[in-house]
Amino acid sequence: MAFQLIDTGGSRSFPERHPLLTAAAERGEVVVVVIIGARAAEAFRSVGSRERYAAILIELGTECLGTHTGEARGEEGSNVLGFARFRLGTAPPSDLVELVHQPRTPETAISAARKLFEDHGLKVALCGDFPGRIIDRLVRPYYNAALRRLDEGLASADDLDTTLKLGLGYPEGPIQLLERTGLAEHFDITQALYAACGDPAYAPARRARVAKQRQKT
Amino acid sequence: MTAIKTVGVAGSGTMGAGIAIVAARAGFKTIVYDTRPEALARARKQTEGFFAKSVERKKLTQEQVDRILADLTATTEAAGLAACDIVIEAVFEDLKVKHGLLEALNRVCPPHTIFASNTSTLSITEIAAGSGREDRFVGTHFCLPAQLMKLVEMSPGLKTSDETFQTAWDFCKAMGQVPVKTKDNPGFILNYFLIPFNNDAIRLVEAGVAAPADIDRAIKTALGYPMGPLELLDLVGLDTHLLVAEALYAATHEPRAAVPALVRRMIAAGRLGRKTGGGFYTYSGNAMFGG
Repeated sequence: MAFQLIDTGGSRSFPERHPLLTAAAERGEVVVVVIIGARAAEAFRSVGSRERYAAILIELGTECLGTHTGEARGEEGSNVLGFARFRLGTAPPSDLVELVHQPRTPETAISAARKLFEDHGLKVALCGDFPGRIIDRLVRPYYNAALRRLDEGLASADDLDTTLKLGLGYPEGPIQLLERTGLAEHFDITQALYAACGDPAYAPARRARVAKQRQKT
Repeated sequence: MTAIKTVGVAGSGTMGAGIAIVAARAGFKTIVYDTRPEALARARKQTEGFFAKSVERKKLTQEQVDRILADLTATTEAAGLAACDIVIEAVFEDLKVKHGLLEALNRVCPPHTIFASNTSTLSITEIAAGSGREDRFVGTHFCLPAQLMKLVEMSPGLKTSDETFQTAWDFCKAMGQVPVKTKDNPGFILNYFLIPFNNDAIRLVEAGVAAPADIDRAIKTALGYPMGPLELLDLVGLDTHLLVAEALYAATHEPRAAVPALVRRMIAAGRLGRKTGGGFYTYSGNAMFGG
């Protein structure tokens, strides 16, 4: 599938070389446009004749796809989709692409987007246009709870981690994982979700807040 | 080293039978108590089947299994546990039921016998309060299936003596298990984190954020979990999830522990999970469709 890559620099999904980046078409009819990087929004606005593509894919940060496309009565949806390769803090990106659609996104656009990512070794989870998409929405309350319970002395950090590894087969316990990938980075994501949803479960735990304050200084 | 030689297990359901296997396999003389002879017979049959597989898989020899099974006996009388150094109760998760059992055991067991509870949702201190020996009482929460899972969450009640906790901790290690120490808090560690996490996953489905297969694929791919939360819920059964989550919510009143409405609707529709052929996925035999 021929596709055009618009790389505005500073992509969180593709910080390094990846087969998908090198596979972008230099010639042939472009079917899909992929826009990545910190200035993806600006680049998207400059894409003309959008209807001629099967799909236009914009890399998302913590924002919703609707901020780029606009929304209307729950009936929005076009060939424009959002995506992000899931990444925990400072860890490298995972193979998971969260592909964001809107209520009326055509199936043809979803299929084209899915195929492009899967053809380059990535796995796709389709999700609606909600803050936090799938993973952040699920794991941030769990990480906050683990940090709070550590403060409250429910168990030692090692025992918390051991319990979740042995009890549920998780490859890493929450405390070890947050230390490895960055407590301050957890703060950034969970603070954005707290602002978007107002749910106290997303309110950054004290240890994340402390790490953020130390990062600033 | 452990001072414990003889182990009692009260209750011969799935957990009780599994705990008895762990104790007997580690070389402890083990006595299982249940008032229902048919439950004991069923547990014995399952236990023999489990050990037959252990021989098949060359994890144990037939001689070892013969010795283990000879040391694993059953009784329908509480008095049958009189010689035990520790008794682990794994009966129904109801405070009155547990207190009734412990009162009877307290009459027949010698003063040195430690009582332990495998509760996953009740307070160790509250159970201990009806045991007649609050200082010699400890929480030992095994994971399902106990005979395969190494983890044991151990909690002291408010009145548990340090000596009791240490003796039980050493015994747990002597059984080849991996104990972790947790406060006597609702859900201890595992259920305290798992139940709300699973509820959140159900809420994602409920809100239309993503389909179950997408949620499970996302979690497994991004975080390396062996199962997605919705697959796990189908395996556990939504009826069981409801019971544990209701107990956790009653104890904590934390919003994430509250069971999403979708769970009750699915239970009403008979979609309990694998055991009814459908939950978040549809099953035929053991094969999973969808995904």
